Amino acid sequence: MIGIVRPEKANDVLEALYRAEVRGFSMSRVQGHGGELDRVETYRGTTVKMGLAEKVRFEVAVSDEFVQPAVNALCDGGRTGEVGDGKIFVVPLERAVRIRTGETDHGAVTPVGA
Amino acid sequence: MDTLNLIAATAVDTGDTAWMLTATALVLLMTIGLGLFYAGLVRSKNTLNTFMMCVAAIAVAIVTWAAVGYSFAFAEGNWFIGGFDHAFLSGVDFAPRDGTTIPHLVFFAFQATFCIITVALVSGAVVERMRFDAFLIFAALWSILVYAVLAHWGFGGGWLIEGGTLDFAGGIAVEMASGFSALAAALVVGARKDYGRQALLPHNAVYVLLGAGLLWFGWFGFNGGSGFSTGNAGVLAFVNTMLTPACSLLVWFALDLIRGRRVTAVGAATAIIVGCVLITPAGGFISPGWAMALGAIGALPCYAVIVWRPRTRVDETLDVLAAHGIAGFTGILFIGLFAQASWNGVSDGLLYGNAEQMLWQALAAAATPAYAFVATFVLLKVMGALMPLRTTENDEALGMDVTQHGEEAYATGEGAILVTPESDVEAPVPVAQPEPA
Repeated sequence: MIGIVRPEKANDVLEALYRAEVRGFSMSRVQGHGGELDRVETYRGTTVKMGLAEKVRFEVAVSDEFVQPAVNALCDGGRTGEVGDGKIFVVPLERAVRIRTGETDHGAVTPVGA
Repeated sequence: MDTLNLIAATAVDTGDTAWMLTATALVLLMTIGLGLFYAGLVRSKNTLNTFMMCVAAIAVAIVTWAAVGYSFAFAEGNWFIGGFDHAFLSGVDFAPRDGTTIPHLVFFAFQATFCIITVALVSGAVVERMRFDAFLIFAALWSILVYAVLAHWGFGGGWLIEGGTLDFAGGIAVEMASGFSALAAALVVGARKDYGRQALLPHNAVYVLLGAGLLWFGWFGFNGGSGFSTGNAGVLAFVNTMLTPACSLLVWFALDLIRGRRVTAVGAATAIIVGCVLITPAGGFISPGWAMALGAIGALPCYAVIVWRPRTRVDETLDVLAAHGIAGFTGILFIGLFAQASWNGVSDGLLYGNAEQMLWQALAAAATPAYAFVATFVLLKVMGALMPLRTTENDEALGMDVTQHGEEAYATGEGAILVTPESDVEAPVPVAQPEPA
């Protein structure tokens, strides 16, 4: 699952994911363009419209029963109600392998000890 | 003040004037150094706003200082505040300022740089959430109502200096004034919305170290210039400005090692500031040996407050109280104990048989924080009733750079579309209207 959220809400999303006991994910800083207003900045005589906004992209691989809790966590943590809160895309995973043990699929995305 | 100067106070001395012109420029650089120091301590999205508060202090305080601030601090007046004799630089010209051998204009400019940095220091309590326009108004009023009054008490003929309080370079008007005003400002403006919920970390420790280095460099003018001459007091203060921070640094290293097993860079930068503040009031009054002791002993209460303050609910963001208020307080009291007439030609402290000196230092250490705290508290409460002091939660989350200034410290230029003068930039257009939820 891929969730794209506001950078200033990234901490809230992290908190919500921990609460939902979703323990495996990665995040990266990305720039994107959604429906939000363009930001205007001025540097000396140069005025620019910033077409791209900073976003944070979460990639979460979970087994089926964790899909809804993870979606809820991303929504609850990332929502401000303003345009630009981001999107969540849930996509099927063809295969997953845990490198350390060679476990595949369901075993690979289930946290150790869960 | 150097006694030699008091005797030969009739003519301008070229050597003294040359040094004081240099010292004035050195102190002005301190405020830019402070901007860098503060900018490194905040999150990257607030870098420019934090730096700009220091730049704003330069602009606002020079103008208020020239208008009435200097007069309220240094003109003839009553025990509390000076009069209007020097308002709008009236009577400030090439003739030597009373008690010095430098032109009155140079004396004015040197003192202006002190007012500037003190205003800039207070901003450290309210960065990352105070509106920029509100800060401009606050800076103007504070520089007159708090700084000028306390400068009169400590430097300009007010009750503390007349009574006999020793304050070489501004333990009263600069350090305690900014530190305890910062505490009041943090209480009135309130904590940042994420304070106590998220880790709010310095975003560039190199800025912090470089800023601290520039501050130390400038402080040689700040303390070394506060004798208003190249005489003994200025020389002693200059050298003590080298000795005290070095000792503070070493003690800070030791405290860091004991507490966290590692010496930290941001801690070292803080220790430099603390050491410079400690010696500010005492610079020309204590021996080099006692200056080193002051650096070592004085670091302890400041370190304690810096460790304790973030565990409270008071978001005095950049610890102006600990680094300036507490250090200034300690330095003022230290003079009362260890001043030596054999070094300063003015007065002994308690240890050398003069208990009255300690009494006046204690009075300054009690009255200054009280006035600074109460006056700043009331000023901001009144301002807060008339205008919003802080930005909205949403803007605070986005960052003050973009919302207050329309700029970013670390703009990449990616996705930036050049706007030509013909196009209508004032009304941003939504690319897509949101669907009603």
